[in-house]
Amino acid sequence: MAAAESYPDDLRYHAEHDWARIENGEARFGITWFAQDALGELVHFEPPEDGATLTKDQAYAEVESVKAVSAVIAPLSGEVLEVNRAVIDAPETVNDDPYGDGWLVRVRLTDPGEADALMDVEAYKQLLAEQG
Amino acid sequence: MQTLLRTPLYERHVALGARLVPFAGWEMPVQYEGVIPEHLAVRADSGAFDVSHMGELVVEGPRARAFLQSMLSNDLDRIGPGQAQYTLLTNEQGGIVDDLIVYELGPSRFLLIVNAANRERDLEWLRERELPETEVYDASDDYALIAVQGPRTLERLELPEAHAFTFADGEVDGIACTVNRTGYTGEQGVELLVDPDAAGELWDRVLARGVVPCGLGARDTLRLEVCYPLHGNDIGPETDAISAGLGWVCALDKDFNGVEELRRVKEAGPQRKLAAFVMEEAGIPRQGMAIVEGGEVTSGSHSPMLERGIGMGYVPAELAQPGAQLTIDVRGRPRRARVVKKPIYSREET
Repeated sequence: MAAAESYPDDLRYHAEHDWARIENGEARFGITWFAQDALGELVHFEPPEDGATLTKDQAYAEVESVKAVSAVIAPLSGEVLEVNRAVIDAPETVNDDPYGDGWLVRVRLTDPGEADALMDVEAYKQLLAEQG
Repeated sequence: MQTLLRTPLYERHVALGARLVPFAGWEMPVQYEGVIPEHLAVRADSGAFDVSHMGELVVEGPRARAFLQSMLSNDLDRIGPGQAQYTLLTNEQGGIVDDLIVYELGPSRFLLIVNAANRERDLEWLRERELPETEVYDASDDYALIAVQGPRTLERLELPEAHAFTFADGEVDGIACTVNRTGYTGEQGVELLVDPDAAGELWDRVLARGVVPCGLGARDTLRLEVCYPLHGNDIGPETDAISAGLGWVCALDKDFNGVEELRRVKEAGPQRKLAAFVMEEAGIPRQGMAIVEGGEVTSGSHSPMLERGIGMGYVPAELAQPGAQLTIDVRGRPRRARVVKKPIYSREET
């Protein structure tokens, strides 16, 4: 069951419709409700390798629906500590719960200061309104 | 930018919340609720598709049958009035100008339901070659077409059983239509030809009977699971019917455009064949991806029934055998696939 549209206020947002939940020098990354809705039900998650180095603003993974494939952009730079196996096994988890069980990777941030360049929820909602 | 055409059901698609996309010059619904639930509805119950974008060409006149016999690959003499036939419009090289269903309206009158993208080319093709006393015209504006497909279709629409590839006048809730026993999903079902002015009400009645509205996204995954070729992807003017596995719709004992070349390919055996495959590793094949052993994916997607990637593509004939291993280049990642017998999905095997 697809989730209702929402944008939590405790996340940082990237213009490519990605989010980061930052805690103690680590972060979880995922895609926003808007991104999963645009794709439709996900049927494949192509993850990065454990330990991979992610660079802010660059693609680190792919998500696919029946009709479309989309690169997933890293909102921040870091090293992959963990890939969410639950999403590999059941990609629709992202549709069901994009900010909770549908997170994609957990990373150790290499430059936490980069977060200053991300949007807060109000700025992201403003971006969506302008794109809409 | 060319203005997109809209079917008589356009407002209904918008009201249903469909995602609309450009397709062959038309603004068409790709999905309503989602490709997967729509696909599953057709496999388990019944789904309705607006396929009014498809072209309807009429060929009539005393020599219409003889004319079409020389233009189409299948043997038209095997059908009579009230019957239909899947067939190919071939070129002189044996390539496929279009694949279509021909309906024998009467002894000297035939309806051809053709791919939307090929409607104008087909019309031109036939007109350039038509015989004296044979008239070919585009009747597409006279018809809307609603496909209703799935095992519970007849029950939901209260339509009588009938043989596949037949058609007859009928009605749903008093709305007159021609009920064609044809489809593009591998399921039992009908395609309802209806006056454009009555199409909206027919659509409403069909949905009111519990049939799920389905978009072109599900239509594509449904046809791919049962290995129905899509013109423009899997077959085209540069591919021949024998290599495409469509020899069964080619009457090689009659004369039609390209028959000599098709006989030659059949005799020699095709060098490449259109194979169906299932992914053995994660990853979804897509049209245009390279097959490492030689060839290219012509159609690829996720199979909602198998819950894995599936596809078709032309491969060297010796690899077009069930069990053969292929490697699909998924954006630089080699992923294993296995050739399977067509269709990829059938009800009996699951």
